[in-house]
Amino acid sequence: MFAMRVKIALAEKGITDYECREENIVVSKSPLLLQMNPVHKKIPVLIHNGKPICESLIIVEYIDEVWNHTSPLLPTDPYLKSHAKFWADFVDKKMYPVQKKIWATKEESQDETKKEFIEILKTFEKELGDKCYFGGDNIGFVDIALITYYSFFRTYEYFSGLSLEAECPQLIAWAKRCLLKDSVSSSLADMDKVLEIIIEYRKIKGIA
Amino acid sequence: MANNNEVILLDFWPSSFGMRVRIALHEKGVEFEYRDEDLRNKSELLVKMNPIHKKIPVLVHNNKPVCESSIIVQYIDEVWSDKSPLLPSDPYQRAHARFWADFIDKKTYDGTKKIWTSKGEDQVVAKKEFIEHLKVLEEQLGDKPYFGGDTFGYVDVSLIPFYSWFYILETEGNFKIEESNTKIIEWAKRCMQRESVAKTLPDQKKLYEFVQEYKKKLGVE
Repeated sequence: MFAMRVKIALAEKGITDYECREENIVVSKSPLLLQMNPVHKKIPVLIHNGKPICESLIIVEYIDEVWNHTSPLLPTDPYLKSHAKFWADFVDKKMYPVQKKIWATKEESQDETKKEFIEILKTFEKELGDKCYFGGDNIGFVDIALITYYSFFRTYEYFSGLSLEAECPQLIAWAKRCLLKDSVSSSLADMDKVLEIIIEYRKIKGIA
Repeated sequence: MANNNEVILLDFWPSSFGMRVRIALHEKGVEFEYRDEDLRNKSELLVKMNPIHKKIPVLVHNNKPVCESSIIVQYIDEVWSDKSPLLPSDPYQRAHARFWADFIDKKTYDGTKKIWTSKGEDQVVAKKEFIEHLKVLEEQLGDKPYFGGDTFGYVDVSLIPFYSWFYILETEGNFKIEESNTKIIEWAKRCMQRESVAKTLPDQKKLYEFVQEYKKKLGVE
């Protein structure tokens, strides 16, 4: 889901002329990946004129600074920029670990997790308010940080039994608005495919 | 350019994260009101200004809150841009600095905490991991005086507060960090010559006493 953020950012900036190399991170990482991200050995890595940039949100911010002629992803005002960074950081700090518990753990320990998960989604709804996007009239840094998790929504519902549309209708509406944008729809992984992969992953890991 | 305006920092003196913000404000010569929070009895202002995490540090600038230390430091750098730039102007160099500050965020706090809260084999592992972590940072520092190059910058600000915890780590862990990580100690001493750092970092022994008190309280509860 982190690589999708970079794809959306590049698409928003109209950058289509780039090479996307799929890494098979489960089986073996390529020598290039290990060379370009020796510290974490993780994707995504953006290689721009031979120089690597790592960590998805750092890459998105880099893209925004380099290709600053169109579609700003972060506000220029320092306070609004810090506000956007705060919420993107909240996505990584809170959303990531809690959503992972839903599909990466055995089912018995779900009640607390489900409650926490819905609370996080409602927190996002409150932050979104009446705005079209977290970025205002167009998608921005926070939208890009969060929308990639939408590709896991069918997975969350499958393993938790929750109906996310019933629990968080405004957030679902926001996600569908994002999907109307080419940059998002062309970058997000198919929800059913993600569910298939997670089911396989759970079998391999021996999770019930 | 920033005008004279109201800057309040909600903080807690032993916090390495809070120290980052204090250093950044001092580097920029910003006048601010420092408020030490009692974390067991958080002020109304803290809860109002950081309702999501209810944590320090929070910078309250003209009544508007900025939270999360790395985000605050970047904000300070942008608002008070006329003096002592902390981040480079080149986008690639900026991404590079952000990467290393993020690395420090991901590993250093937990790594140091593991040393002073664990015993026996767990502590042996924690020390080994911490030394390795510092070696990675030393490799990144190379022969430069600062992570920022010739000038003290964003990555230096992110890391140097943890130096105030070294006495605790060495005492609790019964080891000398200088033996395996000479470069980091040299770099830290270089940073300590800066006024912004010297007036921010608490005395290492005072911090040690604080941790002993804290551990006693944990033991009681």
